[in-house]
Amino acid sequence: MAAWEYAPAPESAATGRLQPSYRMFLGGEFVDGSGEPLKTLNPATEEVLAEVSTANPSDIDDAVAAARNAYGQVWGPMPGVERAKYLFRIARMMAERSRELAVLETLDNGKPIRESRDTDVPLAGAHFFYHAGWADKLGYAGYGPDPKPLGVVGSVIPWNFPLLMAAWKIAPALAAGNTIVLKPAETTPLTALVLAEICQQAGLPPGVVNVLPGAGDVGAALVGHPGLDKVAFTGSTDVGKQIQRTLAGTGRGLTLELGGKAANIVYDDAALDQAVEGVVNGIFFNQGHVCCAGSRLLVQESVAEELVELLQARISTLRIGDPLDKNTDVGAINSRAQLEKITELTAAGETEGATRWTSPCPVPQRGLFFPPTLFTGVEQSMRIAREEIFGPVLSVLTFRTPDEAVAKANDTRYGLSAGIWTEKGSRMLWTAQRLRAGVVWENTFNRFDPTAPFGGYKESGFGREGGRAGLEAYLAH
Amino acid sequence: MTSTVAAPQLPAELSLDVAQATTDEASLRRFLRGLPGVDAVGLELRAATLATRSIKRASKVHAIDTAISMIDLTTLEGADTPGRVRALCAKARQPDRERPDTPQVAAVCVYPDLAAQAVQLLRGTGIHVAAVATAFPSGRSSREIKLADTELAVAAGASEVDMVIDRAAFLTGSYGRVFDEIVAVKAACGTGENRAHLKVILETGELGSYDDVRRASWLALLAGADMIKTSTGKISPAATLPVAHVMLQALRDWYRRTGEYRGVKAAGGIRTTKEAIRFLVAVHEVAGEQWLTPDLFRFGASSLLGDLLLQRRTQLEGHYASPDQIGDL
Repeated sequence: MAAWEYAPAPESAATGRLQPSYRMFLGGEFVDGSGEPLKTLNPATEEVLAEVSTANPSDIDDAVAAARNAYGQVWGPMPGVERAKYLFRIARMMAERSRELAVLETLDNGKPIRESRDTDVPLAGAHFFYHAGWADKLGYAGYGPDPKPLGVVGSVIPWNFPLLMAAWKIAPALAAGNTIVLKPAETTPLTALVLAEICQQAGLPPGVVNVLPGAGDVGAALVGHPGLDKVAFTGSTDVGKQIQRTLAGTGRGLTLELGGKAANIVYDDAALDQAVEGVVNGIFFNQGHVCCAGSRLLVQESVAEELVELLQARISTLRIGDPLDKNTDVGAINSRAQLEKITELTAAGETEGATRWTSPCPVPQRGLFFPPTLFTGVEQSMRIAREEIFGPVLSVLTFRTPDEAVAKANDTRYGLSAGIWTEKGSRMLWTAQRLRAGVVWENTFNRFDPTAPFGGYKESGFGREGGRAGLEAYLAH
Repeated sequence: MTSTVAAPQLPAELSLDVAQATTDEASLRRFLRGLPGVDAVGLELRAATLATRSIKRASKVHAIDTAISMIDLTTLEGADTPGRVRALCAKARQPDRERPDTPQVAAVCVYPDLAAQAVQLLRGTGIHVAAVATAFPSGRSSREIKLADTELAVAAGASEVDMVIDRAAFLTGSYGRVFDEIVAVKAACGTGENRAHLKVILETGELGSYDDVRRASWLALLAGADMIKTSTGKISPAATLPVAHVMLQALRDWYRRTGEYRGVKAAGGIRTTKEAIRFLVAVHEVAGEQWLTPDLFRFGASSLLGDLLLQRRTQLEGHYASPDQIGDL
């Protein structure tokens, strides 16, 4: 019988209800920004999706003032049980518009619809549901009998999980009684603005949530604004350091969730087939645009050959292509700049002597795509073992003993996440205790839940998001 | 091991550990216990994710035709009569009378005493006759009875034998006994060109863990099974996607180590086109497209065919058909 090809199964782009232009959300209204409008592209085609207004410094002043006013007049004094109702309503409205949000996210970001539909949007809604539950129980969170909100939060988020990151910032800030000014990433502003629309339709008091699109200069102006009480940033380590310098000595709160170079440690007694799945998911989920991506595979030498063989076979089955196709596993790289960075770092990998293997899967001619890539013979000193690539590129290193595995895993300036694969419980615990990483997954990877704190060690940042621990960053106690 | 029957000839390019696995009971035990474990959470997550593949239009028609051609159309009831077998064979030959382009099924599957009639009815059609044997479905009888059961099926002309493993022996760790029995049944299937193909039913619903599914799969492959089969269909759960994944991985690994293709039969509980396509996707992406042939993958099913035919008409005619228009069993 002839070969079985899956026919294209695209989700309808019309479901995303894309508008020709979007405006920023300030003081409960959608208004024209005073900055130069930006054009956001579909990375799968590089065509313009929409024009989006951006903020200038006076808009930021207005947004912070609106947030301050809402905090002082309405949101701050409001009982938690009332705040919870708004958060529950937003969560339900997100669920009702989940298909629209998923399609829009995929159009703007380039991630596969399977992921935006099954991961990003449900998780974003889950963060609102989870934090809605906390709003009237903050006295039981372990931060004293009556913890208070901080005031006005300024937040800058990245392009890899645009809606989810917005939810990670907005939901806990609001649950704790703060108001927020959020700047989505320059290349992915759309779903945050639809979330703003949901906030508006949910009847959220004006000024509680403000969304100001713009590039890095808007973000810098926002986080440095003297009217803020707290800054929450997710993004690159370099920008995180700049923000920390800006805020030093101001007394304002700061949490940073930055880069990573996570190790996925596979011991020789691991359930190999599931380890392969976990490693693939760890690095190729969301095209590797994940700060906690398992970008370094540390495999015990006795199973290295077999594991790499299984990995290559599995990676060859990944389907790269139209992000709206329901069968696409690996979508488009979010921007040309990111594609160039990935290309540059992989070239460095070859120059430094690592062996490159590229998936034989067909790659679309048009749009921003990078095929799943694996490097073997990687040494700790190489750039591809040290620098965050933020793309679908896996570096394979080997180890001989558990001590060596831990030493190599911790030999990085980052410390966001790690994975351990073994069928032996005692070895798993022994390893987890020694890994300097905020999240350690055991026999799984890239599993997120609003109840579980997420955050880093070392240059991966500080502060936690999610869970009881995540509330601390938004409460005075 | 104690078998008086010679162990199956293993392929020449066998890797050393596989070659030595069957030298004695201790080696067999060591080999099976040394297989990598299966993490149930990860396995089930992967199976669920792969089940979200969206198979539409031409690829769906292709999948439906492929699935029909892989069916072992089955009746295994105490109430089976010659009339029932006649109806089954007619359906096997021409599943959809109004659409003669519909593929034939791979085989019909009956109890051994009805095999002769099925063989006669299907002569010259290319459709195989499979007979269950070895005290199906429980496997609770003496070795002599099981072998006699097999011989009955083969003498009746069955070209395929579906045997059950001795689950009691397997669960008590007597891997050698299970191995010997499979070897003996295989010998009873005959030799040469006309040897009946042997499908070994693991009855995974009684094995309790995915680790044991993997061990039983390897045990059957080492003993010479042409196909490993999930279930008798008499126990629930029967063929589940995660179990199929583990068995397909065993085939893939067997091929990697020996260069030889073996097959899987998913039997029991698969009733709809949607479910069947999920199994085909698993075959396609876990084992590989080489396994997408009736020689290497089968569905053991009775009601699945009806839904496949309905969905086939829906795809080709653009509207839903009624079972009344096709003539179900």
